[in-house]
Amino acid sequence: MDMINLIIDGIEVSVPKDTTILEAAKKLNINIPTLCFMKGINEPGSCRVCVVEVEGWRGLHPACVTKVSEGIVVKTATSTVREARKNILELIMANHNRECLSCSRNLKCELQTLCNDNGIDRLPYDRKIDKGCIDATGPIVRDPNKCALCGRCVSVCAKQQHVGVIDFANRGTHTTVTTAYEQGLAEQDCINCGQCIKVCPVGALSERDDTAKVWKALENQELHVVVQTAPAVRVALGEEFGFAPGTNVEGKMVTALRRLGFDKVFDTNFSADLTIIEEGNELLDRIKNGGKLPMITSCSPGWIKFCEHQYHDFLDNLSTCKSPQQMFGAIAKSYYPEKADIDPKSVFVVSVMPCTAKKYEADRDEMNVDGLKDIDAVITTRELARMIRQAGINFAELEDGQRDSILGTYSGAGTIFGNTGGVMEAALRTVAEKLTGKSLDCIEYTAVRGLDRIKEATVNVAGMDIKVAVASGTGNASKLLDKIRAGEADYHFIEVMGCEGGCINGGGQPIIKDKSTTEEVKAARIKGLYDIDRACEVRKSHENPEIKKLYSEYLGEAGGHKSHKLLHTHYVKR
Amino acid sequence: MNKVLSARFGKIRPDSVEEYIHAGGYEGLKKAMSMDHVAAIEEIKKANLFGRGGAAYPTGIKWEQAYAIKKGPKYMVCNADEGEPGTFKDKHILSEDPFELIEGMTIGAYIMGAKEGYIYIRGEYAAIQRIVKSAIENAKKAGYLGKNILGTDFEFDLKVVSGAGAYVCGENTALVESIEGKTGRPRQKPPYIKNCGLYQMPTILNNVETYSCIPWIIKDGGEKFSSLGTEFSGGTKLMCLSGNVKNRGVYEIPFGMTLRELIYDLGGGIEGGRKLKFVHLGGSSGSCFPESMVDTKICYYDLKKAGFSLGSGAVLVVDDSHCVVDYLKTVMEFFEEESCGKCTPCREGNQRMVEILEKFTEGTATMEDFNKIKSLAQTMKTTSFCGLGQSAPVPVITLIKYFEEEFIEHINGKCKAGVCSMSGKAGK
Repeated sequence: MDMINLIIDGIEVSVPKDTTILEAAKKLNINIPTLCFMKGINEPGSCRVCVVEVEGWRGLHPACVTKVSEGIVVKTATSTVREARKNILELIMANHNRECLSCSRNLKCELQTLCNDNGIDRLPYDRKIDKGCIDATGPIVRDPNKCALCGRCVSVCAKQQHVGVIDFANRGTHTTVTTAYEQGLAEQDCINCGQCIKVCPVGALSERDDTAKVWKALENQELHVVVQTAPAVRVALGEEFGFAPGTNVEGKMVTALRRLGFDKVFDTNFSADLTIIEEGNELLDRIKNGGKLPMITSCSPGWIKFCEHQYHDFLDNLSTCKSPQQMFGAIAKSYYPEKADIDPKSVFVVSVMPCTAKKYEADRDEMNVDGLKDIDAVITTRELARMIRQAGINFAELEDGQRDSILGTYSGAGTIFGNTGGVMEAALRTVAEKLTGKSLDCIEYTAVRGLDRIKEATVNVAGMDIKVAVASGTGNASKLLDKIRAGEADYHFIEVMGCEGGCINGGGQPIIKDKSTTEEVKAARIKGLYDIDRACEVRKSHENPEIKKLYSEYLGEAGGHKSHKLLHTHYVKR
Repeated sequence: MNKVLSARFGKIRPDSVEEYIHAGGYEGLKKAMSMDHVAAIEEIKKANLFGRGGAAYPTGIKWEQAYAIKKGPKYMVCNADEGEPGTFKDKHILSEDPFELIEGMTIGAYIMGAKEGYIYIRGEYAAIQRIVKSAIENAKKAGYLGKNILGTDFEFDLKVVSGAGAYVCGENTALVESIEGKTGRPRQKPPYIKNCGLYQMPTILNNVETYSCIPWIIKDGGEKFSSLGTEFSGGTKLMCLSGNVKNRGVYEIPFGMTLRELIYDLGGGIEGGRKLKFVHLGGSSGSCFPESMVDTKICYYDLKKAGFSLGSGAVLVVDDSHCVVDYLKTVMEFFEEESCGKCTPCREGNQRMVEILEKFTEGTATMEDFNKIKSLAQTMKTTSFCGLGQSAPVPVITLIKYFEEEFIEHINGKCKAGVCSMSGKAGK
């Protein structure tokens, strides 16, 4: 490999050709500050926070996009550089809404940290430009007056997710990030995935805060408030309270939820198991009876809306199964009240989700049974953390609590729904046994694991080759579907999750402040879920005792009449 | 005086191929097509021709580098955005002798093996766009554009693309983005236009005036062209004289003439018998300097030595009835309006410069403001993404350098030109 030698802040370093000054400096433990830069996703070199001096070169140069060259002498923190950085940060703050105390990103804001670290001791300019009102038409809330114009959201939306509903408009100080015709996001083809929120360095993008709705329900004595928590929440919530990414805090979370006043603490892992029974049955039915293939999973509401907007020729390929969140709601308002002998109308179902699109899904017209909405309120992992803090609960010191029955027991298969490849693996564990009629020991399908954006495998089950594919991130899903459209690939079964890495990287998860660690954090959260799976006594959905009971006592058979009414849905071209 | 560019101005119908040929046109193309490509580039190198758009990059070297790039297709692009305030020279070429530009681009296309070219003309020149389009059509009919040019298998097609009013589109990478149908915002360099320009392909991009010199250079030779000017700046230059001067207009002058000769001999001196206060050279993004420096020769080398850049060739003459601060505020309002908004220093910096200058004109500025604007100007110059933001503070830096006492006077509540309201001070 061609190596380039250079000197940064007096230290010699040798790095491969095409390395940037930013990366080379990092090797020497010199952290050059950045704002707009996100490797591989957004590299416009436009915020200019990372400028450095290079001896003999005119002007200052952005370290993020400037490649090293042989023999250069770089200085990253001279008085010239520091003065320039300070001026630039003051300018970024000039038209920024400075209501930091009331900002959802307070203390987690990259701009705040940059200002602190770079000696911004006062703000010399008054705000002059009003960039318009807050867009709160959907689950994703945009505040143009907090936008730092870094463009990360624009890039992630267009390049990673292939959605592209936001872009820069106007020029000079009137520059904004906005939608076509400045409509609300809800009126656009936005899929509510919330990846924009995750990459926003400031508080310009956030989720709609539904905690007030939850607090109100918890204080209403007439309501029986139950909560479900999605698989991916338990391996990320801890990050809000100082735990390492991937730490399983399920027990503490259960205790915290009980303290918050939930009448029952249930688990979405339970209904993930239920989804496998229904979806596995649907897959086998499609394969045996010449149904539409490939069948594509339908658990991810961001992906579903993406498909409805951009790939409606695949609507018949989508599994008719509701997502685990919605299945849970339907059961919590039918089977559960019957067993608990309470009025279904008094049951208020709260979901804690790693996802912003789940807020949209819960409000879809189809998602109700006999006039009762499946889900009454959806909060994200971040919102739950806020509630726990507001209640003064010392989360880190809590004792572990146990889930309530009868919607709280789960298998390892239901747990790995939270990461890419997990739904596929869970489904294969069940489908394989259905096909062979035997109990199998070899249940870890490693070919569909890992952070690769698109994974393909052929799994031989009972002498039958099942061709499967897994895609995470809607951009990758579109690449996969394009191949199918072009006749270059065919599969029996495809798993799609709307966010790269799956729900563990959903738009509602804790913000990863140092974006350069994103891949490691994703891997740690995934490992957390596989660890839980491995520790589970029951690792196959169809062996979950509460699921078995649900079928024997209430639903009858998978894909039966009751199932169809409660657990299946349909899609519309948008 | 020898005229390279303006010889035919007003003497021929601008879109008539016949009249152009009758006046000596297309001799350059014919000669170029009989020459070896490398030899033709060698002539341009000998001509000492520097890019006339403002950056003054040696055209021969640019063409040599572009020629050496092996991938393709290659595109010829002409920057006719002419957005720099006080600049109206390309307008004359486009409206009075567009064929010299067309011929220049065709010679370039022949050398480079390009089949397509674009002339990006500012939207405000709508009437002129029609003239250029008509000239292109007529050249096609006469066999000087399109397929089988001059009966050979050389083909080259030209299209006119209209700008939509953004100053930044005069920046080459933003211009290319605009032709591609995107928002006119500059691209990160490298890669450079010559490698990765229009549609990511090698692109030869020059100003109108630069291309228009090519036919003459090929026809009469690079050395002859070079000898018209100085040792360091070959040929002639179209200068745009405006402001408080008697005879405003475009003058084709040989390099080596002094600014004083241009302003007083050709321009007839200052209007109304007033005194020359300063000259703003090269457009709004150029340097401002006082009367004491107008004996500098118009020559890239001499100007550079004095710390200035010729820019587009705009010479805006400002007399002593004007206030330096007030003038500067107007200039910076232009940049505030025209910043594309991509990078922080230009987007926000220009607005804050205007804000601080407003304080000076109202009499509320402090020494702290003075230090701030100096610091901001340096930061913008050294950290802005493209030439727009890097050069926007040049008038600030130069006016402060030569007229510091006037800024201090404003801090002390006095505008000696009597232009500024100083209302803030009175109110205090």
